[in-house]
Amino acid sequence: MDFSALNPVALMVTLMVAATPIMLAALGELVVEKSGVLNLGVEGMMIFGAICGFAVSVDTGSVWLGIIAAMIGGTLLSLTFGFLTQYLLSNQVASGLALTLFGLGLAALVGQSYTGIKPPSFPKLDIPFISDLPVIGPILFSHDFIVYFSFIILGGVWYFLNYTRGGLILRAVGESHDAAHALGYKVVRVRLMAIAFGGACAGLGGAYVSLIRVPQWTEGMTAGAGWIALAIVVFASWKPLRVLLGAWLFGGITILQLNLQALGVEIDVAYLSMAPYLVTIIVLVIMSADSKRASLNAPASLGKAFHASS
Amino acid sequence: MLRLERRIEPSRKMVSITPLLAVVLTMLAGGLLFALLGKNPVEAIRIIFWDPLFGQTAFYTRPQLLVKAAPLILIALGLSFGFRANIFNIGAEGQYIMGAIFGGGVGLAFYPSESIFIFPLMILCGALGGILWAMIPAILKTRFNTNEILVSLMLVYVAENLLAAMSLGLLRNPEGRGFPGSRNFQEWDSVFNAEIWTGTGAHYGVLTAFAAVVLCYVVLTRHLFGFHIQVSGQSARAAKFAGVSPNWLVVACLGIAGGFAGLAGVFELTGPAGQISIDFNVGYGFTAIIVAFLGRLHPVGIMLAGLLMALTYIGGELAQFQLGVPAASIQVFQGMLLFFLLAVDILVNFKIRLKTRETA
Repeated sequence: MDFSALNPVALMVTLMVAATPIMLAALGELVVEKSGVLNLGVEGMMIFGAICGFAVSVDTGSVWLGIIAAMIGGTLLSLTFGFLTQYLLSNQVASGLALTLFGLGLAALVGQSYTGIKPPSFPKLDIPFISDLPVIGPILFSHDFIVYFSFIILGGVWYFLNYTRGGLILRAVGESHDAAHALGYKVVRVRLMAIAFGGACAGLGGAYVSLIRVPQWTEGMTAGAGWIALAIVVFASWKPLRVLLGAWLFGGITILQLNLQALGVEIDVAYLSMAPYLVTIIVLVIMSADSKRASLNAPASLGKAFHASS
Repeated sequence: MLRLERRIEPSRKMVSITPLLAVVLTMLAGGLLFALLGKNPVEAIRIIFWDPLFGQTAFYTRPQLLVKAAPLILIALGLSFGFRANIFNIGAEGQYIMGAIFGGGVGLAFYPSESIFIFPLMILCGALGGILWAMIPAILKTRFNTNEILVSLMLVYVAENLLAAMSLGLLRNPEGRGFPGSRNFQEWDSVFNAEIWTGTGAHYGVLTAFAAVVLCYVVLTRHLFGFHIQVSGQSARAAKFAGVSPNWLVVACLGIAGGFAGLAGVFELTGPAGQISIDFNVGYGFTAIIVAFLGRLHPVGIMLAGLLMALTYIGGELAQFQLGVPAASIQVFQGMLLFFLLAVDILVNFKIRLKTRETA
């Protein structure tokens, strides 16, 4: 085995590409959970976003329209969940599961005529000279635009939650919906907006997988990325900046096992493919072992239904 | 405007009416979906819900009903214990796979012996495999307070990869000319889980599923354990006062779910599936979640819901052949069913009133 075939710069670049979809989905879910809603349908919204983005890109030839379609698709699906849980007070765990099952089915249905097609390619940042610099050129200045956009979202979410009035209201709703309601905040409206944001982010993350990372459409192609995003929110203990760390960790594991496969390590491919899921479990265990610290940042009203009695 | 008014007590009438209402709504929405796909909606619904039972090919499809319903009922029954106590094991698909791998692996160790003890041993090991796999989220939950939803789901992907490794490696048929997949259990007389009565589709797994319905009914309604589950679901604090150990409950509920899923896996392996292969699992573990909720987490309800869901599987295949409806549309159909069920659930606890002018 020859480890020198691994190029650290190339590894770093692929790591960032692998981490972007989970980071987007996890940031969306973080905002949703901060508002006190647990949406387990991330996987469903991601895969639906993946096919919406793919189909629209192929049909119109414009990746930008595809990206917008993916965000709209994710949002629409998330609002189904929002309607069920916010107006009809359905159990959030069951509704989230339903969303995932429904999204997987719907995506397969829409996507059946799109297998084996190549989507239009996505433009990458190319600044003369700067993008050609060794090491920092490829790592910092020659990604596709969604990578940079995901960092803008990361910063935006961090700033919004910590330094704006809107963020404060959102967190208040997530900590105690009754108190927020008593103060006159529209609990349901805030939560619906958060859910819609989560849907748009998950849809965008999904489209990133089908349009840029793979780029192709296959049924069930998100392969649990949505669930890993859910785990990352726990890993990040509901702090936006730590989401980046979590996403890079999982991106790193994925890239590492793919590279080991390519190097022909004497381990069965199937065992290597387990790695990201096993690492997710281990990380969850470590993060939740200290129950006092783990629950410190968890929104107090997470997963509870709200019905204004008056 | 419509307004929701909380009922003083959950409506018992609505508890049994709402699943039927959800089925009707799904048929309507499903019809719309088929119309959008350019198919005749009435014909599609008839092919899915009527033809498998009474159509021209019913002699073939009717036995299939029990074959498909048995794993769904068995897995959903196991899940219902946990769901009642707010313990969400959604990794039944993985436990189902592990049941098949454990049971199948033990069986293959005795190949080609024709002893009558091998089949019961395989069944036991299948249940054990499912239980052991479910103990991972259970112990992590009780020991480290790790979220059982995420862990059990992650383990599905691990199990799927293990299944692939097994059918390509350790358990591959040595006489299979290098094709992936284990020996075919249907060709091994003493372990073939065949139809017991010709034309019914009933194999040992079907009998076990129906026996489990009765057993679960007794445990849930007549045994202290059933009471403990009920209390824990309604109020964790009250359950503590009633002397329920939450940790023990987690282990028990996940163990039951894993055991039942493992049983379903090994019965499927020795019967309808025949061999361990990469595509052995077809999503029964996830569909069973819908079955459990549709059956209101009640054993008899789950039995009916399992039969109905099996009908949509078979009818879906018919519609695929006869109308060219895509296979995925049945998955959408099942997802919609769960959505509608959750939506109409509100009628159990709330009354819908027209909002009249506010009076001071």
